[in-house]
Amino acid sequence: MDSILLRGGRVVDPSQNLDAIGDVLVEGDAIAHAGSPLGEVRRDGGLMVIDCAGRIVAPGFIDVHCHLREPGREDVETIATGAMAAAAGGFTAVCAMPNTDPVTDNQAAVGFIVRQAQRAGSARVYPIGAVSLGQRGDSLAEFGEMVGAGAVGVSDDGKPVASAQLMRSALEYARTFNIPVADHCEEPTLAKGGAMNEGVVSARLGLKGIPSEAEEIMAIRDILLARRTGGHVHLCHMSTRGSVELIRWGKDRGIRVTAEVCPHHLSLTEDAVEGYDTNAKMNPPLRTADDVEALREAVRDGTIDLVATDHAPHHYDEKERAFSDAPNGIVGLETALAVVVTHLVVPGIIAWPLLVDRMSTTPARVFGLQGGTLRRGTVADITIFDPAVAWTVDPDTFLSKGRNSPYRGKALTGRATCTIVGGRVVYGDGRREMGDGR
Amino acid sequence: MARTLRRMADEIVERFSGTEDLILVGIQRRGVQLAERIAGYITEREGAIVALGALDITLYRDDLQTIGPRPVVGKTDLPLSLDHRTVVIVDDVLYTGRTVRAAMDELADFGRPARIALAVLVDRGGRELPIHADIVGKRIQAPSELRVDVLIREVDGEDGVVTVPREGEG
Amino acid sequence: MNSPVLGKDLLGLETLSAEQIRLILDTAGPLKEISERTIKKVPALRGMTIVNLFFEASTRTRISFEFAEKRLSADTVNVGAAGSSVSKGETLVDTARNLEAMRIDMVVIRHGASGAAKFLADRIESKVVNAGDGTHEHPTQGLLDLLTLRDRLGDLAGRRVCICGDVLHSRVARSNLWGLKKLGAEVAVCGPRSLLPNAIDEMGVKVFDRIEAAIEWAEALNILRLQLERMQGGYIPSLREYNRVFGVTRERLDRAPRDIIIMHPGPMNRGVEIDSDVADGPHSVILDQVTNGVAIRMAVLYLLAGGRPEGG
Ligand SMILES: [Zn+2]
Ligand SMILES: [Zn+2]
Repeated sequence: MDSILLRGGRVVDPSQNLDAIGDVLVEGDAIAHAGSPLGEVRRDGGLMVIDCAGRIVAPGFIDVHCHLREPGREDVETIATGAMAAAAGGFTAVCAMPNTDPVTDNQAAVGFIVRQAQRAGSARVYPIGAVSLGQRGDSLAEFGEMVGAGAVGVSDDGKPVASAQLMRSALEYARTFNIPVADHCEEPTLAKGGAMNEGVVSARLGLKGIPSEAEEIMAIRDILLARRTGGHVHLCHMSTRGSVELIRWGKDRGIRVTAEVCPHHLSLTEDAVEGYDTNAKMNPPLRTADDVEALREAVRDGTIDLVATDHAPHHYDEKERAFSDAPNGIVGLETALAVVVTHLVVPGIIAWPLLVDRMSTTPARVFGLQGGTLRRGTVADITIFDPAVAWTVDPDTFLSKGRNSPYRGKALTGRATCTIVGGRVVYGDGRREMGDGR
Repeated sequence: MARTLRRMADEIVERFSGTEDLILVGIQRRGVQLAERIAGYITEREGAIVALGALDITLYRDDLQTIGPRPVVGKTDLPLSLDHRTVVIVDDVLYTGRTVRAAMDELADFGRPARIALAVLVDRGGRELPIHADIVGKRIQAPSELRVDVLIREVDGEDGVVTVPREGEG
Repeated sequence: MNSPVLGKDLLGLETLSAEQIRLILDTAGPLKEISERTIKKVPALRGMTIVNLFFEASTRTRISFEFAEKRLSADTVNVGAAGSSVSKGETLVDTARNLEAMRIDMVVIRHGASGAAKFLADRIESKVVNAGDGTHEHPTQGLLDLLTLRDRLGDLAGRRVCICGDVLHSRVARSNLWGLKKLGAEVAVCGPRSLLPNAIDEMGVKVFDRIEAAIEWAEALNILRLQLERMQGGYIPSLREYNRVFGVTRERLDRAPRDIIIMHPGPMNRGVEIDSDVADGPHSVILDQVTNGVAIRMAVLYLLAGGRPEGG
């Protein structure tokens, strides 16, 4: 049995309140030890020793929201390239949204993703099934069949579940399988034709705005339906202060609502749209500094449960358009950790254990996934990252096929150096200096 | 300067035998005031009002691409038909001749004068085109490193002719 | 070679300084006279090629630009891309590449997407003049409105101008707003709140909910065209009610404490945002706007064409 010894890192595992310099020992695909320094370790099989001095060793990051484009747009991303990009960003697992072509709305489509991910052999990829057949918003997809094939949740992301009645049914029906219903909160008539946040910047640029209320109306609708049904609603990519307040209201009442926020909504404002930069176009749109502040605070106090990327690669040509004609979305897998470090840890809003909690432990718990812990005997999904390295984002070096990043040329801090999935190193060699360039 | 302008006025009247059909067209900017003053002297001498016009040749220059536009275009104001008249172009300094060529191009767009003549206060030599002045106030041989400027009290507060070194002109 | 006074392109008035705006207006003044000559043409832009790239049909603006170009002796090519089967975005990027290959000097672009002129300007070396981009800006219209007002009122500092109507969807409104504010005018808007940007209060303008109050305050009204689609879009209930509540009518103007200059960028919906006897009345400067449009466009093209200012 092969073993890996992660020697001398700062071991941060909020699932066991662990934050100390020490060692982690992996045997086969499981964790044998995490915490105190081990003396000399001898093994009969192969032993790989990775020097983790100056690094943080954490349970593997989990991204519960990304778009891998396969099947349908393999020119833009594939499950294999997406999984490799995830690993390069320190993610040991990602959840793939079902808005592919065809839509992941049945057992066979879910099985296809599982098989492609196994073949890729990089980060784990968990399929999320569609709420409605073809994501058309009419009738429920077969949750049970999809869960049986490996789906870990349902969502019509890309668009909202517009019908309140369908959302109600989904929340009720999902209870049988104990899976979350993840909703893209957007009141369609208010958001129609919108290209950015509604405010003074949209008024100046002459772009149709999407008001905060488009998100907040659906957020509170979903929270109220969760209260009515007892189902678990997961609110995707929250972007406004109002949403935070509504979620807090729901949680205070014990309603089963969880929520995610994307790194870009924690770091950028609508000002990034200035000059009509299509890499600052996403849905929900970048909001105001006040919203960013509220979201950061919500990550700290747990109102927002977790950070997810909404990684959405697009072909270069598709973003090379007039702003209103360009598609929404940016790639995020390979910058997420650094954006959170730079904008939340460095300014002192959250400490390392909370970062690990929001990117690993809580995502695992919310979606009922393995990992998210370094407890002895659990699966050896581990992220090792350099918390202090400064680097400049160059999307041309991304392993993702997507290059559409608003962080191009930005200086960020913190980067994954090694990613271990099921006891196997899938990214990094453990001691490569990860400064600028790769 | 008054004496020179008065002499130029005399020469114009003698040369074109009177003031009938005569129009003095000053080139923006200082040529316009010089033309007005010459017209004043002619009126003193002949008791007749002389027709006046102003010409801005900015849009007729052949060097827009090399020197760029002047930020503000002056006014071209030619009140009467030019056909069959004697047009005397009045300018402050005659140098390369390019300004005068542009002025003639522009005049041609306004009509067909019987005759076009040129009166300048200062001829400093250095022609690049086959153009000569009919009436000259004063001749100076100035080397090309020097710029010859005419000052007039309406624009500059005083009358005079000054020679200054060129700085960074194209 | 970029213009020393305007830079490479004219994309909007928000990014121009008061001095640059004054310079364009001062240049346009004398250029008006060229249109009065028998030979309405000067050789200033001889040898330059200008492409008029109109992705949206706009006869008035295109003709005005064409007149301006011809009066300056430029060679012009009209490209109308409206109705093309290719989607708007693809056409724009392909067009940019094609134009680049043809070595033209200037492009005048009208496009339905906000930011389209900047998109093109960022991608080609030729100079770009924005002839209206989506609901963003229409700088030459803004400039001609400023010139028209200045002809009547002199210095615009402290003058009170109200922009009336569908400010939300109007590029004319935005260019006017920035231009007027830069020249020191007091600016107000008046219209149903459903046709004003929600953030209008943060844009440094007064807001009048009633046209009567605007008329009492203003020295000039710039009355925007009401797009008839706004009714289907649910922004207003009917044209009839719009005229009742917001229409600039003779009766309303008669109650004004002063004569008010009436402007309209055209084309007008008579009997909707403006009544005929107002449009054709003694204080209407709507036809002056058209005349000034050619002069302003000549000034912009001329100033953009050159290199350094004030040669020997
Ligand atoms: Zn979404
Ligand atoms: Zn998404």
